[in-house]
Amino acid sequence: MSNKSISKSHQEYLSAIKRRKRSILIAQIGILILTLVLWEVAANFRWIDPFIVSSPSRIVKLFIEYATNGNLHKHVFVSLMETIVGFAAGTILGLIIAIGLWWSEYWARVIDPYIVVLNSLPKTALAPIIIIWVGAGYSGIIVTAISVSIVVTIMNMYNSFISTDPNKIKLLKTFGASKPQILKKLVLPASIPNLIGTLKISIGLSWVGVIIGEFLVSKAGIGYLIVYGSQVFKLDIVMMGVVILAIICALMYKIIASIEKHFIKWIE
Amino acid sequence: MDKAKVVEIKDLGITYHTIEEETEALRDVNLDIYHNEIIGVVGPSGCGKSTLLSIIAGLIKPTKGSVRVNGRLVDKPLNNVGYMFQSDQLFEWRNILNNVLLGLEIQGKLDDEAKERAKEMLHSYGLGDFIYSYPYQLSGGMRQRVALIRTLILEPDLLLLDEPFSALDYQTRLAISDEIGTILKKEEKTAIMVTHDISEAISMSDRVVVLSQRPGTIKKIFDIKLSCNKERTPLKSREAPEFRQYFNEIWRELDIHV
Repeated sequence: MSNKSISKSHQEYLSAIKRRKRSILIAQIGILILTLVLWEVAANFRWIDPFIVSSPSRIVKLFIEYATNGNLHKHVFVSLMETIVGFAAGTILGLIIAIGLWWSEYWARVIDPYIVVLNSLPKTALAPIIIIWVGAGYSGIIVTAISVSIVVTIMNMYNSFISTDPNKIKLLKTFGASKPQILKKLVLPASIPNLIGTLKISIGLSWVGVIIGEFLVSKAGIGYLIVYGSQVFKLDIVMMGVVILAIICALMYKIIASIEKHFIKWIE
Repeated sequence: MDKAKVVEIKDLGITYHTIEEETEALRDVNLDIYHNEIIGVVGPSGCGKSTLLSIIAGLIKPTKGSVRVNGRLVDKPLNNVGYMFQSDQLFEWRNILNNVLLGLEIQGKLDDEAKERAKEMLHSYGLGDFIYSYPYQLSGGMRQRVALIRTLILEPDLLLLDEPFSALDYQTRLAISDEIGTILKKEEKTAIMVTHDISEAISMSDRVVVLSQRPGTIKKIFDIKLSCNKERTPLKSREAPEFRQYFNEIWRELDIHV
């Protein structure tokens, strides 16, 4: 920003905005620290039973233990791989199906009731079936992740495609554009904001699928860690799994949000 | 007339079908349009003005009759017909240059020479500083000017303007219609402009066609002859003594009751 001739009142205005931003950030961090401290103190003084609720220090200790013996890397890597593969495959497949439905209004109409039912069905109910059909390994878990996220991708993207401004389609038609050209030059680029919004949702749903899958069958992964911890009644492991999961999910969400910021400067 | 005939509309009629009813939108429209003519089309709302443009553009097939542009039967969108919309329809994710190049891209005519031509046109229409800007950074009038360049760069023989200024505020509208009217004359373009603004139609057109209520037929055609000093431009036309008289006659012809 140029620092030439900013009036006093404008300077005050700007610093007021800055102060407010800082105060929000301090409050956000404050809540986190306060919760951790309270949790730790409560566990230490036995106000709550650390055997059941664990405590931050126990989680950190366990974390260091797992991180040094290499187990943590394995679990995180497995879950991350399953999620990313499921997320990518779900997004690509979902996009292809959505394009297909946009292409043929007839089939979109035909398939509509099935999509509606699939959308309202809790996809986690399908997980046991999928795992039996596909296999009790990575592939079963990945397909579960796809099944959880794909319907939202199809519905969101199809709705985005069909809400393309009809006047813009008309414009391209006056240029003599073919249907593939309309798709490539208009429908797809116009849907990028919706695509990114959908990615934000489906990354979370992919995690749901992976964790469910790992709950059901797995020998490794964060979901496995959580289930294992609860079965041997070691809540420290369960809590650590949840915390790691929260951090990774937040990071992935942030990555998508930053892509959004860089990618679409034309959204006002 | 000794000028070349650009558009020939013959016995044109169209009937729409919806589940509720059958609507006859246009009936027996006959009109010839000659080179470098600007035709204004006015009519009560719902009389099929825009339908007429869509048929000429090859977007809708007529039920009866035919349209020829430069002798060629219109049965699909022709490359030598340009269309301008109510709002600019710029693509927000493309910069100004790429918006201008859109039509060339679709028609597979994009090359370095075309890019240079686009830049030159943007410069000569006062948009030289905005070549790499995005649409949201431009004012409404500038955006409509970009839309015009996007149409003109395809070098159409015929321009179809569908209420091209109605999305703009009044001042911008006067300025832009003056500018675009002058450009059309200078570039010797033939144009059909649908509008609901009688003043705009008179100030820009050589002839004004009045359509009747649905089913739309041509009720009357006014030859607009204005005595302007020096050159006739849309803004100067509004000062001509005959302007008011045309306005009143067209108004009476429209026969609008609210």
